[in-house]
Amino acid sequence: MINQNINVALIGNPNTGKTSVFNQLTGLNQQVGNYPGITVEKKIGFCKLSHNIKANILDLPGTYSLNASSIDENVVIELMLNKNDKLYPDVALVVTDVENLKRNLLLFTQIKDLEIPTILVINMADRMAHKGITLNIPYLEEHLKTKIALISSRKGFGIDELKKLIVTYKSISNEPCLSASVIDPEYFNSLRKAFPNQLLYKLWLVITQDVNFLNLERKEIQGSFTKSHSDLKRLQQKETIKRYQFINDVLKEGLKVDATIAKDFRSKLDRVLTHKIWGYVIFFAILFVIFQSIFDWSKVPMDFIDSSFASLSTLANNSLPAGVLTNLISQGIIPGIGGILIFIPQIAFLFLFISILEESGYMSRVVFLMDKIMRKFGLSGKSVVPLISGTACAIPAIMATRNIENWKERLITILVTPFTTCSARLPVYAIIIALVIPDTRVLGVFNLQGLTLMLLYLLGFGMAIFSAYILNKILKIKGKTFFVVEMPNYKLPMFKNVAINVIEKTKAFVFGAGKIILAISIVLWFLASYGPGTKFKNADEIIRAKTANSTLSAQELENKVASYKLENSYIGIMGKTIEPAISPLGYDWKIGIAVISSFAAREVFVGTLATIYSVGGSDNENTIKNKMAAEINPATGKKIFNFASGISLLLFYAFALQCASTLAITRKETNSWKWPVGQLIFMSGFAYIVALIAYQILK
Amino acid sequence: MRTTINSLKKGEKAIIKDFDIDVIPLKLLEMGCLPGNTVELLQIAPFGDPLYLDINGSHLAIRIETAKEIDVELIKIKL
Repeated sequence: MINQNINVALIGNPNTGKTSVFNQLTGLNQQVGNYPGITVEKKIGFCKLSHNIKANILDLPGTYSLNASSIDENVVIELMLNKNDKLYPDVALVVTDVENLKRNLLLFTQIKDLEIPTILVINMADRMAHKGITLNIPYLEEHLKTKIALISSRKGFGIDELKKLIVTYKSISNEPCLSASVIDPEYFNSLRKAFPNQLLYKLWLVITQDVNFLNLERKEIQGSFTKSHSDLKRLQQKETIKRYQFINDVLKEGLKVDATIAKDFRSKLDRVLTHKIWGYVIFFAILFVIFQSIFDWSKVPMDFIDSSFASLSTLANNSLPAGVLTNLISQGIIPGIGGILIFIPQIAFLFLFISILEESGYMSRVVFLMDKIMRKFGLSGKSVVPLISGTACAIPAIMATRNIENWKERLITILVTPFTTCSARLPVYAIIIALVIPDTRVLGVFNLQGLTLMLLYLLGFGMAIFSAYILNKILKIKGKTFFVVEMPNYKLPMFKNVAINVIEKTKAFVFGAGKIILAISIVLWFLASYGPGTKFKNADEIIRAKTANSTLSAQELENKVASYKLENSYIGIMGKTIEPAISPLGYDWKIGIAVISSFAAREVFVGTLATIYSVGGSDNENTIKNKMAAEINPATGKKIFNFASGISLLLFYAFALQCASTLAITRKETNSWKWPVGQLIFMSGFAYIVALIAYQILK
Repeated sequence: MRTTINSLKKGEKAIIKDFDIDVIPLKLLEMGCLPGNTVELLQIAPFGDPLYLDINGSHLAIRIETAKEIDVELIKIKL
């Protein structure tokens, strides 16, 4: 027998456990990428079904129906309509939640109309007994013209049976279970006559929404079959009613619920979590725990990573033969990699908390709780999710705005999200807080450094909200306000799902940002190790001549030479050039270099300082932090990183848009350069002014 | 007086009668908000908006501005 590779598409409503089915089928054997040209996440996994059949399993974005209202949902339709796509499924698995079967079946009947072999996966079967649900599987299979896999991705049962069922995909019916054309027979008949070779339902989808498929020109179809928007919608309503009538008829026999058995855990929890006082108390308590623990818990692994890389760098320096290459490795590459890896603990913790909040169903309650308040600022309750995700990274956060139905609310959310404290700011904050804020406890329990960090987070949120308020007043955009949010069942987050999510996100961040950081570190090392003219070349003699009368140890002399060299290197000259602009903020030219190099990505700031101080400093104080703490301003004799300049730096990084990826994503999601450019000017200009004021007051 | 979803009290059930199709998002229809289906007001958010509903078994939240467009008929509980 020949080996066979088949394509399996996983489709389903949000909150049906589709991704955990995906994880169960594929384990860690998955790849995450993007659909070409758009930023929708594309997840493909691999699974061996039998000794000679392998499956490529595609986890499509969650969607409520084939009538798309976002780019994510468009991906589903475009794939399902395009037979030539190399991922076009041989078989579709529609994943449903046994407790929401009625609503979940709507999408199922639509997929069936596309005449693809379709398996109905009924998930969360472990809750049936608890909810008093019984299913008549043979009856459902017969009337829905499908095969059913009753599974629990949580308890892990039914997965093997599902795999066996997929193998038999060729014998699974691809017949539609109802005919949607009865909603307007005349119209559909003429459509059928005009395009005899096309599937009627496909034509209908192309007419009703903004998707393209095959060589069929949208214009061509629409030209002769145009209907007014409201006529089309009336037909779509008819279609939806038709589908529900069919589903209700089938479920009348196929699904029985004994309401006396059902235990209602949801409403009790809802009463507390959306309570007018307790709801907010709990929400803010959760936020507080997240931020305190991120700072406290990640401290140990971060210190460990920091000191390990410092000793690795020393080791490389001492054990490799002296020369330019060794310098590049020990002073450019190793500190550069260390500067990336040091993020891992904090990023992982943030993603951990966010995925737990999302998996548990709590996030929707926060949306519900916050909508009215957020609307006062021109935002939506749904903006809370991007604003919280923004604490990990603005890129996925801006993508998460796609489910905000109102364009003005969505635009404002996109524009203000970069103010929230993303994880790239964390290393900058962490090192500066460690330098200028004492490590003491307030009121016996709160760590002062943790508290400062929390204040910075609140400042980020506050600024986001404040600018939203301003934008809401300025922007004149009229749009229909739609707001529909599903309130899913509460679920205990599954360890496997959370773990995979945390690993994926951390990996994507480290490799994505890592490439930039590493490249910049190497370039910086070159710029810091070479300089124009004779001053750099003859540093040794110049310093010797200058210090001929004083008695310096060999070590002190070496330090003086090194810092003189740095000052006259290419990067030193760049830093010196911008010094007049940044010295009112309390920064010297070395910090200036770090500010320039971190323009494309904030986290480069720490790596840059690490590289600069590795090049310029002595080997005795080898961790980055110690080197920075020891840095003295030769002009004033004071520490460079003192309270005033530290606060000024913290504020600068809190507000400035130092992130090229954010600009790129804003451009993509708003389809215009106007918004990212405005964002950059406003945020960075504001940051400069605030940092200036703060330093001038505090110094 | 018109009875619409936003005039329900917490815990009250009603039958969806009619609405202006042009102001109701398709997504809401697909979630089960169709004439003849039942709707129950489960919770009201702290500042009076949005409303947390059980429509035809789907749990979802919508804003008052949408809720007031949907006419319903209250189901009287027999005593």
